[in-house]
Order: sequence, then C-alpha cells, then structure tokens
Amino acid sequence: MGKDYTLEKRKYVIGGFITLVVIIFLIRLFNLQVSDSSYKENAESNAFFRKVLYPARGLVYDRNGRLVVLNQPAYDVMLIPKDAGTDFDTLGLCKVLNISREEFLRYWKEMKDPRKNPGYSAYTPQKLMSHLSQEDYGRLQEKLYLFPGFYVQKRNVREYATHSGANILGNIREVNAADVERDRYYRSGDYTGDLGIEKSYEHHLRGVKGVEILMKDALGRIKGKYEDGIHDVPPVSGRDITLSIDMDLQEYGEQLMQGKIGAIVAIEPATGEILCMVSSPTYDPSLLVGSERGRNYTSLVKDRLKPLYDRALQGAYPPGSTFKPTQGLIFLQEGTITPATMYPCYRGYVNGLRVGCHPHGSPIALKPAIATSCNAYFCWGFKNFVDRRGSTPTAQFEKWKNYMVEMGYGYRLGVDLPSESRGFIPNPEYYSKSFRGRNWSANSIISVSIGQGEVLATPLQIANLASTIANRGWYHTPHVVKEISDTVIDGRYREKHVPSIKKEYYEQIAEGMRMAVIGGTCRLASFSGVEVCGKTGTAQNPHGKDHSAFMGFAPYMNPRIAVAVYVENAGFGAAYGVPIGSLIMEKYLKGTIAPERKYLEERMLNSNTILTSGVKKH
Amino acid sequence: MESRNIDANTSVFRQLDWPTIILYLILVVSGAVSIYAASYDFDRASMFDFAEFSGKQFMWIGLSVVIGCVILLFDYRVYETYAYPVYIVVVLLMIATIFLAPDIKGSRSWLVFGPVSLQPAEFGKFATALALAKLFNSYNFTLNQKLSNYFRALIIIFIPVILILLQHETGSALVYISLFFVLYREGMSGLVLFSALFAVTYFIVAVKYAEPLLLGLPAGEFSVFCLIIVVFCMMLLFYCKDAVIGRNVSLGFAVCGLAAGILTACGVNVSGLWFFLCTIAAAMLYVSVAMYRHRIEKYVITIGIALVSLMFLFSVNYVFGSVLEPYQQMRIKVALGIEDDLKGFGYNVNQSKIAIGSGGVTGKGFLNGTQTKLKYVPEQHTDFIFCTIGEEEGFIGSAAVLLAFLALILRIIHLAERQRTPFGRVYAYCVASYLIFHVCINIGMVIGLCPVIGIPLPFFSYGGSALWGFTILLFIMLRIDASRKERRD
Repeated sequence: MGKDYTLEKRKYVIGGFITLVVIIFLIRLFNLQVSDSSYKENAESNAFFRKVLYPARGLVYDRNGRLVVLNQPAYDVMLIPKDAGTDFDTLGLCKVLNISREEFLRYWKEMKDPRKNPGYSAYTPQKLMSHLSQEDYGRLQEKLYLFPGFYVQKRNVREYATHSGANILGNIREVNAADVERDRYYRSGDYTGDLGIEKSYEHHLRGVKGVEILMKDALGRIKGKYEDGIHDVPPVSGRDITLSIDMDLQEYGEQLMQGKIGAIVAIEPATGEILCMVSSPTYDPSLLVGSERGRNYTSLVKDRLKPLYDRALQGAYPPGSTFKPTQGLIFLQEGTITPATMYPCYRGYVNGLRVGCHPHGSPIALKPAIATSCNAYFCWGFKNFVDRRGSTPTAQFEKWKNYMVEMGYGYRLGVDLPSESRGFIPNPEYYSKSFRGRNWSANSIISVSIGQGEVLATPLQIANLASTIANRGWYHTPHVVKEISDTVIDGRYREKHVPSIKKEYYEQIAEGMRMAVIGGTCRLASFSGVEVCGKTGTAQNPHGKDHSAFMGFAPYMNPRIAVAVYVENAGFGAAYGVPIGSLIMEKYLKGTIAPERKYLEERMLNSNTILTSGVKKH
Repeated sequence: MESRNIDANTSVFRQLDWPTIILYLILVVSGAVSIYAASYDFDRASMFDFAEFSGKQFMWIGLSVVIGCVILLFDYRVYETYAYPVYIVVVLLMIATIFLAPDIKGSRSWLVFGPVSLQPAEFGKFATALALAKLFNSYNFTLNQKLSNYFRALIIIFIPVILILLQHETGSALVYISLFFVLYREGMSGLVLFSALFAVTYFIVAVKYAEPLLLGLPAGEFSVFCLIIVVFCMMLLFYCKDAVIGRNVSLGFAVCGLAAGILTACGVNVSGLWFFLCTIAAAMLYVSVAMYRHRIEKYVITIGIALVSLMFLFSVNYVFGSVLEPYQQMRIKVALGIEDDLKGFGYNVNQSKIAIGSGGVTGKGFLNGTQTKLKYVPEQHTDFIFCTIGEEEGFIGSAAVLLAFLALILRIIHLAERQRTPFGRVYAYCVASYLIFHVCINIGMVIGLCPVIGIPLPFFSYGGSALWGFTILLFIMLRIDASRKERRD
C-alpha cells in the first residue's frame, strides 16, 4: 500500500520535539557550566573535603565519683594519596616525623595493603601513622605547608588515673577489617573498645562522629567551610559511665593479690553492684595506650601467667567447700534433712568408700557442719537425697541441677563484661554418658557434694552465692556499671532473682557461716566491731597444692559486702582465702585495718604463692 | 534464486547505513572511555583490565559487535516472519524473571546465570518493536480504521509494561510510553499528545502549589480549574471555530468569576469547589444544547477533554498520595523544587549538578575530574555517567554527546521515512522513540530537569544487558534498512 503523505509530515513534529528538548538541554548545560557562577565557585574549589570530627569518648568514674578513665589527644598523620602524589620530599618528611626511611616505607606499605586497610582509596583520607608525640605534632604542624595532601587528624585516646582494674576497664584499640565490615559507623583508623566495659559499653561510650565540610583547591589547600558550615554536623560526646567499683578497694585488692594467682570478687548484696573484681596477675591499663600498645599487647599475650585472662569471670575452678552451703540449702528445701538432723563423721564419710575429714565432734548437725566444714555430713546428705526411696538418682539429680542453676551456677550470670565463663554443673545425661549407661548412684558422684569432681564455678558465681545468702534468698545479677549519663542501665540489673528455697533455710546457713567465724574454720576472718560470716574452701586439683578459697559476707545482719576469694595452689582456705577476704571486708566497712590485724595484712602483701605452688608450669 | 540470495547478502554491507553505524561506534566507545574515567582510581589498573568496569564494558562492546554482525547476516525477512514468536519468547522470559530473579535492592529484574546477570526487560524493547511493526504491516492495516486496532497495538505495548512493573523496575516500564510517538506517526490523533502535555502540566501545577488556599481550594487546584476553563474556551473559539458560543461561554465565566470575587470581597464565604463545578457544568450544558446545529464531533471532543481534565484533577491527589511510593513522591517533589532535600534524594541531583557545573567550558580534562572520583555522585558509571562527561569534558564535550544523540535520532527518523513497508517504518520509529525517551529522561535527570528515574543512558551507561538491548534494536533496523530497495509487495 502506498504512503500517506499527510502522516509523513508528522516526522517534523517528532523530530522537532527531540530537537527542542536537545536545545533546552543545551541551554541548561550552558547555564550550569558556563554562565552560572555559583556552580563555578564550587567548580574551582574542585571538591569538598569532609573532615571527620571525633567526639570525646565518655569518661569513667568509680562509685565514689573518682575520675578513673579520661581522654588525651592523639595525633595521626593523614594524607590524601592523590593530592600528595609520589614525588614529595620523603626524607624531609621523615626528618619532621622523626622516623627512619625504612619505617616510613613500612607505614606506606601498610597503608596501601588491602588486607590491613580494606578501605584504601587514593581519593579519600588515609592514615599514614598514628600516636604522634606532642613535640612531633608541633614540628609537623609548622612544616605542613611543604607537604600538600598531608594533614593531622586529632583523635582521643585514653588516659588512666589508676594502675588497677585493667580487667574491668578494658582499653581501646584501632578497628580492624572485621569491625568495619560489621558496623558501618567505623572507618579505618577509628578506635573501638577492647575488653572490659570499653567493649561492653562501646555504644554508650563512643558518641557520634561529626563532620565538617571544607573546600579545598586543586593543590589540596583548605579554603574554608562550605556554605559557612551550614551542612556541618557537630560531634556528640560519648556518655559518661559511673562504675559500681570502689577503685580504692580495687587497688587494695590488687596489692593483696600480688605474687598470687587468683581472683577476688566483692558485691554489694542489696544491689548486685560489684565493689571490686580483682584478677591476678594483672597489668597496668596504661600499657595498652599509645604507640607502644602493640608491643605491650604481644608481651601480655605471651606472658605465661596470662595477665589478660580475667580469672574472676573466666576462671572455672572447683568451688571446694564454698559449695557446701548450696548443698545444705537443697537438702533442707527437699526435706532430706532438718536443722536438727545429725550425721556421723568418723574422720570422714565411710560407706563402701571413704571421703576423708579432719577431727571434730561426731555426730554433727548442719550448722556446726558448716562451721567445721565437715565433709561427711554433706556426703550423707547427698547420699540420702540422691538415693531417696521411691525416686531414681536421675530424677533426684535433675532436681539438684535445677536448684544449682537457680542459684546462679552452670550458666553465665550475665555480668556486663565480655567473655564470662559458664562454669560447669553436670546434669543426669552427662553422667549417663560418662558411665556409659551403667547404673550410677550417689556414691558414684559423691565428691560433687563437697564441690569437687565435675563441678566448676567462677569466683563471680561464688561471690554471687555469698550475696544470695547475705540477702537470705535472692540476688541481683552482678554488674560493674552503676550509672550511665543521660540514660538508665539495663533493666535486667534491677530484676530480683529468687531461687525456690525458703528464706528460713538461708537463715540456717547464714548462722552456720557466722559460727565458722566465731569458732570454726574462719576464725581469722573476725575483726572488731563487725559480725563477719564466712566459709572456707580448700579445693583439690591436679596441678599442685590445693586452691585456697573463701566466701563470706558482713555484717551478719543487714550485710553490706559479700566476698569471694580464690587463690590458686595456695593451700588451705584459712591460709590465704580467709585473711584476704576479711581484709577486703574490713577495708571496705571500716576504711582502715585495725593495728592488731596489721600483721595479717603485712603477711598477705609480702607473700608469694606462685613460687611455693608446686605447679611446674610456673 | 540461490545466487541472488548470496548476492543480496554481500550487498548488505554496501547498502548498510554507515552514518548510523559510525554514530553508534562513536557513542559506544566514548561510553566505555567515560566508564573508565568514572571508575578510574588514581593508582590502579588500565582501561582494558577486565577487573575494571571499563574493561568489562569493552568486552560487552566486543560481544555487541559480534551480535550486530550476526544480525546482519540473517535475511531481513527473518525478523518479520519471527516477530511474534520472538515477542512471545521474550514475554515468557520476563514472566519467568518475576519468579526466578533474586531481590536486588528491591528490584526483581535480573536473571543470574553464574557470573553473568541479564536483564530481560532490556530485550523486551526490540521484541515489542518487532511485534508492533508486524501488527502495522498486516494487510490493509491502518490505526484509524477501527477502534480494535488501537486495542491490539496497546495490548502489545502494555504486556511488557505490566511485567516490568511487576519486577519493580518503574523506570524501564515508563520507557514504553514513548511508543505513543509511533502511534502518533501512524495516525493517532494529535489531541492525545496534546492532552498528555496538558496532563503533565496539570499534574505539576496541582502538586507543586499545594498552598496557599484560594476560595477554600489549594492554589494548585485553583489554577488547574482556571486552566481547564481557559482551555475549554480556547477550544470552542479556535478548535470548533465557533465564535458565538465561544464568546458567550467566555463572557459567562468572566461574569460568574467577577460575581464570586465581589461576594468574597464582601465577606460571603464562597466555596471555590462548588463555584467551579457549577459554572463548568452550566457551560457544558449550554454547549451541548447549542451544538446540535453544528458539526457535533468537535464539540463532543471539547466537552470530553474538559470532563477528563476534571477527573484527572481529582485523581491527581489520590495517585500522588496513595499510588506512588514515598520515594517516588520525594523524587518528584525534589525535581519540582518543592523539597530542597540536599541530603536525601536531592543529594544525587545536587551533586551531579555540581559535578557538571564544575566542568566549565572545556572541562577538567580526561581523568582529572574530582567530584565523580570522590564518589559524591552515586551510580556514576551507570545512570549518572553523563556527570563524568560534563565534569571532565566540559560544555563542549557534553554538547557534543547531546548533538551526537540528536544526529542519531534524526538519522533514524530519516531512515524510517525511507522504508517502503510499514514494517520497516514502524520498527525504525520504535527505535527512535526509545532513544528519545532514554536521552530526555536520563540527561534531564542528571542536569536536574526531570525527576530521578533509574534508566540508563543508551550506549554510555555501564552494563551488558542495556548495551546488547540497544545494539540488537539498532542492528535489526539497519538490516531491514539495508534491504529496503528489494522489491516486495
């Protein structure tokens, strides 16, 4: 068919339309690129320079308002590789920075290494070296004009007003590739919390970064703020944290633990606030600040005594006799015993097998059994509980395990610090497996009743038990942070945990622990003016001498402090555990150590159990 | 017969339209070079490194040339014969895509085959063009012959539109609207384009001026009502050429308006909405009574346009508020200058304007652009590739690119008109329409004249699917054009 020539004319409409649009676009382009000066002004400045403004990290105070962790400025040498080019005066720069050419080349290589610095781009600011001293900073600032593309970035690093508490305070480190991947907030060269509260409260402490939009010319020189700074965002400082820790007590505890391996945990029973948490050996938190951080960190990691290992939280130890109160509570609640029930002790539990004990009167009731730490009593109780007529060991032991879990054993307590250990409380399945299906009864696992065998607990869990007994039957999850500025602490630290054991049974145990101090194993713990309660622990272990442990609280009525002490391979509980625990209580409650107890303090301060531990690996 | 076929094949290359091919090659190579500049990093890699976007783009270009040659080797009748099957296969592929494609940033339009991803929507363009051309090539087919012909054409156009919308690729779906240019060329009334233009105007005015209130109506709606009245009177006067009715209606509106104004001034509360509705209804009634004496058709159209305009006005707010996604509303508002959102959607446009504006007359020079390199402009190697040209090559470079596109489109229109069959003509017009839409929207968006709609700049933006889609589109046209002189009935 032929062509419709009237319709053919419509090609002019379509062609005209696109021609018109192109003309409009050309006018617009001319306007943008040639005649409009506002874009031209931006144009000549080439690019914005977005300078990050680092917020001040939150400060840390102790419970008495003493400033513990503060900020100090640190200076990083930054550059934009494209602006710096490759033909700057390397030797001159090395001289200003006070480094050798080799060091400079190493920094340069590290900066460009995609594995170490995944965010590398020649067009964005990159960190060449960090932790410039104040002196070098001053010199560089003067000569900076000689090195276009280079500038100095101020950041905040930590400063510590104490030499103690490294395990609680933690420290800050530069982010690694994984951190940047995980959280978009971080940029290469930023700092993030490592260990301690710096890690667990990172989001409160770090604040919010700000940005300053600057304009720079083709040579990389800053030409002032873009549009007078209306697009700038000021940084928001991190929140300040008040610890529940009493730093004076913490420092005192660390002194007492010098030359020993172990931990002290003290808790305020009414609130669950941790008053001190000593892990020994420890280190000065200032070691992990500044340019020496890397080297110091490596040597701490390599140290055979593992100072980075927080024994108060991570150490899972056999609780020994500090475990006996929990057994008494279970037996009372389950009706296996009454406060008047007596068991015989012929230098131990003798019933087909023998668990030894030390000399004391026989037969014996619960309270004196706690006071003298009688093994036989708790073995008999355990035997009668587990092998109860009309039930099976499996069912009974399942009940036993549930009580233990209620009392805070076997699972993480949920303290506000990273890497807490669970300890270990076996369940019936565990034994079915380990006895390979053969029948087992109380006698097969009797050592559990005196805190030996399979059970493991952290010093924190032991202190939590002391706190629960001090409260006569409830506890708050232990925590080290008391307040956070502008916000409230996690609600779970205000929750009451109440094990299903009656208050009156806790009273019995508390009385027994009081008797231990008056006339039992803890006599060394008493000091004038305060009714102290305590329980020793002497835990056998395969490494060397027994571990020396203590668990106690004071005063007897309305307790204000609950303590657990654990000293590895130091012998009887009364040898180190009791003196250290009582000194901590005395120091906290009375402020000073009474003159008649100074000898005890001296002995603890000057002793070294590492040398006498009998452990080969030391 | 056979020898003649071979003859025809060898002559294909002599009959090819070389100006188009040269323009194509210029655009494609400048595209890859711009991609290299856009993703160039100071101390890295060469232009042809396969790890870089530019290296990959050169690979896509190489494959495109191969595809182009293969297309030229086929007999031109193949494209006509298999137009519908090709269309159906591509439609099926697009349906499959909806279900098979993984969710990439909210869009389900990419089919992933190991390392290679394909966007079937890009191949929908040439398939739809083939099908539409085939339809118009049917014996004795003209668009205005009967209404069902319009339906058949619209069905061919809107099947891919719906499928692409289901893939959440609004931008690519809108491209098919450009095929109305083809319908226009083939006889659709100019009134449709005219109304579309007015619809856009109404929309912008109604959305842009939501405040202040006039006679209880937002200023935008008030203005649209006035516009409707003006258009109504104008159409009576100039389209229907009826001076009497036109004059009476205009006078009527003027008197009513004056009265309403005076009443308002005296403190009487006049409802603007009812005022407009009543006066317009009265005018329509008057016209419909008066028109029985005259040629009815034009009056019906006049009244129809006014009615549709009114309905359109009432649906604008609904569409804008309820149908469009919040981000689409935001983009439109930013483009209309209602919102000055420099950190959100406006950020892209503002940064791209700064990048282009910073180019000046001659640009900063190849690879010396900083705005684009600092990654202030997002999608700089795909949808915002024009920024790099503007920044590095300046006004001269960007004007050259625009003029090259203009030349290509005008050349295609020229080719279209020299076809002897409706098949060739319609197909070529489809190609021209797609290019017009892509160029207008993409460059308009980058220089801040259109809302941000994510469609690529043909031949420039990085991506194999888009490049291949346009190459296939163009080379089928060239193949058909090369055989235009062969006699056929």
